[in-house]
Amino acid sequence: MRQFLDFEKPIAELESKLDELRNMSEPEGLNIAEEVGRLSDKVERQLRAIYARLTPWQKAQVARHPERPKAGDYVAGLITDFTPLAGDRAFADDAAVIGGLGRFRGRPVMVLGTEKGADTESRVAHNFGMARPEGYRKARRLLELAGRFQLPVLSFVDTAGAFPGIEAEARGQAEAIARAIEACLDAPVPLIATIIGEGGSGGAIALAAGDRVLMLEHAIYSVISPEGCASILWREAAQAAQAAEALKLTAEDLRRLRLIDQVIAEPLGGANRAPAEAIATVGEAIAAQLEPLLALDGATLKARRREKFLAMGRE
Amino acid sequence: MNWLTEYVRPKIRTLLGRREVPDNLWQQCDACEQMIFHRDLERNLRVCTHCGHHMRPSAAERLEWTLDAGFSRIELPKVPADPLRFRDSKRYTDRLREAREKTQHEDAILVAHGAIEGQKAVVGAMAFDFMGGSMGAAVGEGIIAAAQLAVLQEAPLILYTASGGARMQEGAISLMQMPRSIIASQMVKEARLPFITVLTDPTTGGVTASFAMLGDVQIAEPGAMIGFAGARVIEQTVRETLPEGFQRAEYLLAHGILDMVVSRLEMKATLARLLGLLRGPVQADIIKL
Repeated sequence: MRQFLDFEKPIAELESKLDELRNMSEPEGLNIAEEVGRLSDKVERQLRAIYARLTPWQKAQVARHPERPKAGDYVAGLITDFTPLAGDRAFADDAAVIGGLGRFRGRPVMVLGTEKGADTESRVAHNFGMARPEGYRKARRLLELAGRFQLPVLSFVDTAGAFPGIEAEARGQAEAIARAIEACLDAPVPLIATIIGEGGSGGAIALAAGDRVLMLEHAIYSVISPEGCASILWREAAQAAQAAEALKLTAEDLRRLRLIDQVIAEPLGGANRAPAEAIATVGEAIAAQLEPLLALDGATLKARRREKFLAMGRE
Repeated sequence: MNWLTEYVRPKIRTLLGRREVPDNLWQQCDACEQMIFHRDLERNLRVCTHCGHHMRPSAAERLEWTLDAGFSRIELPKVPADPLRFRDSKRYTDRLREAREKTQHEDAILVAHGAIEGQKAVVGAMAFDFMGGSMGAAVGEGIIAAAQLAVLQEAPLILYTASGGARMQEGAISLMQMPRSIIASQMVKEARLPFITVLTDPTTGGVTASFAMLGDVQIAEPGAMIGFAGARVIEQTVRETLPEGFQRAEYLLAHGILDMVVSRLEMKATLARLLGLLRGPVQADIIKL
């Protein structure tokens, strides 16, 4: 059973009618195939109409859609020989950050991602994609490992943000994030980050200070969640839609501000409607972005990455 | 109401007013609530003379207390104004204008170069009174400019932090100040110059999770609130009461996140000693500004 967002109600109704029709047996005087085709066209037209003008707040909901492909799905779809690596060598393994070795189109790479989980059990296991210091320290360890073995790094970012907890603070959440960003900036290998869903603040950029930052069409990337921003500036979280608008957090906004490099188109109705297609498109985009970077040596990569970030926000 | 309150008191006030005596001769300590004579408080670098509580000073005072007389402030790069055209209950441009009028600063950081007990240094100080010391493009540029100046002058860089975190009104541009300020810290370190951060009350969010935590030496003032996530957010998330002293400088010291907690009254001497020790053996006796 597909899950629908609030603004998808007209589509939900049409699709339930479609299901009914498909399950009908031999009705009198009705051409089922024709009716199914007509309704399917209508669904597509509706989807096109709705998705052509999603508001930033609606995009935030699409970006958080429970059925949207997660980091693990991209790894499964794009990486062969995936060999997960675990632990920060100091305290624990944080399942909110997944990472390991594998091959992307035959080439050995390092993979990193923030994983939200797909069902209740796995969401709890992955702490809903909110990493603790151990997660960022694992990321840093794997980034350093990638550098030593000349492995390009592919990261898949999907997190509401770093976990706000007592223990996380006690173990140096801020330091762990700062060091992870530093490790991204220092990597002597190509680093391509893809924001696949939610790019939540420091917890996201910890894995995304790369040579190329790609964003899915309906992904969001922001310094604070719309709800958080609304509760601070508007004094109520209910103003989240307004905050989402003001924060300029959509892929198109970030491209216009020249903070990201590419917007990757999603299947009609969002990546959740056709995960395999979305994952394949992301693979194509990564391959195309990676190709020219492979010719550059570590020092050049690092220098250019630095210039790119230093140029951000300047006129 | 009687003759005394209605007539005599206003009369006294008028008389006092005429003699132009400021009404802030005495200031109350936020911690122990005792009154302190303003001159005593200033002489004591805004540390309560009764209980030792460190009050929040201005960024200009930080520079004055840290650098020897004769230092110069540098002009910081201009940044595009209000790139998001952000508006909540107020326009961001109005908030900026008000903050500039109130503080007389361009944005939430001041940078100066000079000497600390005779040893050259570049010092940056964040201004909490400017939109909560929030870090947007201007603060990022200020930190980068400070780092470049330090490298140019072969001087150590000392940064005082005081910030509520990222400046929301600049959206993802403010988020990008995390990697940008980290690049600044790397420039200083790569030039083999000391990078010292002094975390003051409060230091939170994106500022803590970037350059503030990458000091070669990390110092904090006593009692300073330092953390990544806000206490309220943590309480709501974990539904537990926060431990005593949570996210205070002493708590961070105990958890291995800081090198030392130093009284403001000892700060300059501590920085001078550190700079002397980190200067390396070769030039130790040469440089005298």
